[in-house]
Amino acid sequence: MPTSTYHLRCRECGQTFENQPKSFCEHCFSPLEVTYDYDTIKKQVSRELFASRAPNIWRYRELLPLPEGYQPSLPVGYTPLVSAPRLGDKVGSRRLCIKNDAVCLPTLSFKDRVVAVALANARAFGFDTVACSSTGNLANAVAAQAAREGFKAWIFIPSDLEPAKILGTQVFGAELVRINGSYDHVNRLCSQIADEHPWGFVNVNLRPYYAEGSKTVGYEIAEQLGWKLPDNVVVPMAGGSLITKIKKAFDELVLLGLVDPKPVKFFGAQASGCSPISTAIKQYSGEIEPQRPKTIARSLAIGNPADGHYAIKAITKSGGWSEDIADHEIVNSIQLLAASEGIFTETAGGVTVGTARKLIQQDRILPDETTVLCITGNGLKTTDVLGERYQAEKPIAAKLSEFEAYLGTKIEAAKTEVAKISSALARAASVGTQTFSSAVPATALEA
Amino acid sequence: MSITVQIPTPLRRLTAGTPHLTCEAANLNELFATLDLKFPDLKSHLRDEAGEVRRFLNIYVNEEDIRFLGGASYSFQEGDEVLLVPSIAGGSV
Repeated sequence: MPTSTYHLRCRECGQTFENQPKSFCEHCFSPLEVTYDYDTIKKQVSRELFASRAPNIWRYRELLPLPEGYQPSLPVGYTPLVSAPRLGDKVGSRRLCIKNDAVCLPTLSFKDRVVAVALANARAFGFDTVACSSTGNLANAVAAQAAREGFKAWIFIPSDLEPAKILGTQVFGAELVRINGSYDHVNRLCSQIADEHPWGFVNVNLRPYYAEGSKTVGYEIAEQLGWKLPDNVVVPMAGGSLITKIKKAFDELVLLGLVDPKPVKFFGAQASGCSPISTAIKQYSGEIEPQRPKTIARSLAIGNPADGHYAIKAITKSGGWSEDIADHEIVNSIQLLAASEGIFTETAGGVTVGTARKLIQQDRILPDETTVLCITGNGLKTTDVLGERYQAEKPIAAKLSEFEAYLGTKIEAAKTEVAKISSALARAASVGTQTFSSAVPATALEA
Repeated sequence: MSITVQIPTPLRRLTAGTPHLTCEAANLNELFATLDLKFPDLKSHLRDEAGEVRRFLNIYVNEEDIRFLGGASYSFQEGDEVLLVPSIAGGSV
């Protein structure tokens, strides 16, 4: 593909730049973005062309910033889009779908998409070392793909990350540097390091290229819906980039005539303990007030989101909204998704599911609209948050009689629970003013 | 107050290659006034036409975002180190 089909452009002042490892405009400090020659691309692509290729992100290669002659070695992406009728029943949506990047290859998060595109460019720019600041998923993705592609890797993380995300970085042989401080501190340090060392920082100097990888989530959703756009998309937000890139993907597909134009509402999901974007939207403000993160959703714990301003614009212009949920609701939502659809997501996915439920309760998302929830990471990486919700049962002997006795105790326990609910309901009915949900313990309802 | 300002590499072409500057400033406004005087070409890069700090420029004092310290109302302490860093992101999504 000729490199002339894309270049860098400042998102604010419009100044253009040749392709190079550079993330911000020297004139106004605003972020740079990859922009394309859509007239040329329009003549090259079709639904049939994309569909004829292997099921991975590279099938959309004309719409990605890939150096001429780049030969990918990993089948990244093209994760399942599945209907979610049982979850839909519980949250009040009849047309609910899950875009399941909990099973994105190779490291089980959507970050594999962005890293694949970033490393293609790192090679072309001549870097032998790649690096990133990360809340975990990006660390895993950079470490694994660097090993696969033969780069040295330096990974910078906040010191309090989940053990699985730390181990899942070290195992690939990457240099892991733990920083005392929040992700925002790590990020600031990395921009200083990128200034001093000739490394390809995927989310600093390679950021414009890296971010384009997120668009593949949008292309896949449209293709998997039969080249149609959904009514609503619910997306978790940390730096705020993904939601803007899904919007860019949909806009491109319309521009290229690959899908019919249609208004899509974008909904952003955050944890209440780190909610600078949803707070701004709920206050009808266009500007971000930075926060100090305090949430179990560590992959979303960015208090100063660089793309926050653009996320706010994308959401409010679309007629969408943003909400946030508390930590205990995040864990409830992880359990709800797992138990109703068999999908085990990490805390960010819990944020998405719980926020979607809230938005449906607020009538911002209506039951008969096609709604896609973006699940971006795998629950096996954040099992620590579920530790107190499940106890290991006492083992029993390998005898049928022991099992029958065990079953008996389970049935008794269930009867006791039913009796508790019945008496709670009776009390509620006699009081008359209490609502059903406040009279019944939340745990009983979940069961 | 005597403070030190680090100039990021891409902007050093506007400061004749100077990587950092030690100067007297009581607060952010005084710091900008000093920078304007010393490096006139830098001005339009740090503030917009309305004189506001550019949206994507983050200012840190001793590793802390100045917005957590009171922003323009923060009084510099002796020996403060000020960083000018373009806003970047990463993390999960």
